Amino acid sequence: MPGDTSLVIAGRAFTSRLIIGSGKYSSHAVMAQAHSASGADMVTVAVRRVNISDRSSESLLDYIDPGIFILPNTAGCYTADEAIRTARLGREAGLSNWVKLEVIGDEQTLFPDNEALIDATRVLVKEGFVVLPYTNDDLIACRKLEDAGAAAVMPLGAPIGSGLGIQNVNNLRIIREFARVPLIIDAGVGTASDAALAMEIGADGVLMNTAIAGAQDPIAMAEAMKHAVIAGRLAYLSGRIPRKSYATASSPIEGMVGR
Amino acid sequence: MRITLNGELYELDEPLSVADLLVKLSIDPRRVAVEHNLEILRRPLFAETLVHDGDRIEIVNFVGGG
Repeated sequence: MPGDTSLVIAGRAFTSRLIIGSGKYSSHAVMAQAHSASGADMVTVAVRRVNISDRSSESLLDYIDPGIFILPNTAGCYTADEAIRTARLGREAGLSNWVKLEVIGDEQTLFPDNEALIDATRVLVKEGFVVLPYTNDDLIACRKLEDAGAAAVMPLGAPIGSGLGIQNVNNLRIIREFARVPLIIDAGVGTASDAALAMEIGADGVLMNTAIAGAQDPIAMAEAMKHAVIAGRLAYLSGRIPRKSYATASSPIEGMVGR
Repeated sequence: MRITLNGELYELDEPLSVADLLVKLSIDPRRVAVEHNLEILRRPLFAETLVHDGDRIEIVNFVGGG
């Protein structure tokens, strides 16, 4: 959009500020159409064992546009060692040294284990990875991740897959104020207004999966998210009006008929 | 001979290379990463690396995720 810069992470520029997942779609074909409708040029994928007994399933990569940057993730990892091992496998299977780093600390909330996350970030950065960690909405954790060499910080807006929307606006605003690397709000988005709000807070990007893949019409929702991210970004750059408790008339007070 | 392949026991008649194992399993080597006894095996080494009795092999690929 005019007057805006691209999302740049670790020196790589992206056209879109929307980053999307590849999970939970009803089919690879629907996923591909949703990706296209979203305008996103970065898609995250999980690293899993190949199914040895059933080789009939088609490869996910056949359905991801070659113009889209693939970001392997360590979703489902519960220890730093497991996440590091998965990141290394993702690098070997893929084409880049980028990783969306997740180290989960609790099964019910899927909240990150920040201590293990910071440890794993430190190790992977030393190995040359570009690390994008999924983290709590905690300024101090984000600072430690930056100090460990993270290329971005990706705090949650609400629990993964919850669709609750941005539950922690003030925490995210504080992180926005102090972040020295790109801020991507990862998880919690339920609908387009949530994505717009994330961008209005000043996030450099938004990452989502379930909000699109789980919608009744994922392709239409993907397009809605595209517009929401652009709208929210423009609103952030435009400088919103201050909030006031009482009305201020929009029409002139002078020249009223009959007064 | 027996190896552990993706966490499951797997029977092989004789030692073979990782490249041949992938052919046997109908897996495109360009789409996967392989761990051999917990060490990442770089793709150029698939042809010359032999799988022996008792080895642990992990073969992973990308699947949908968020």
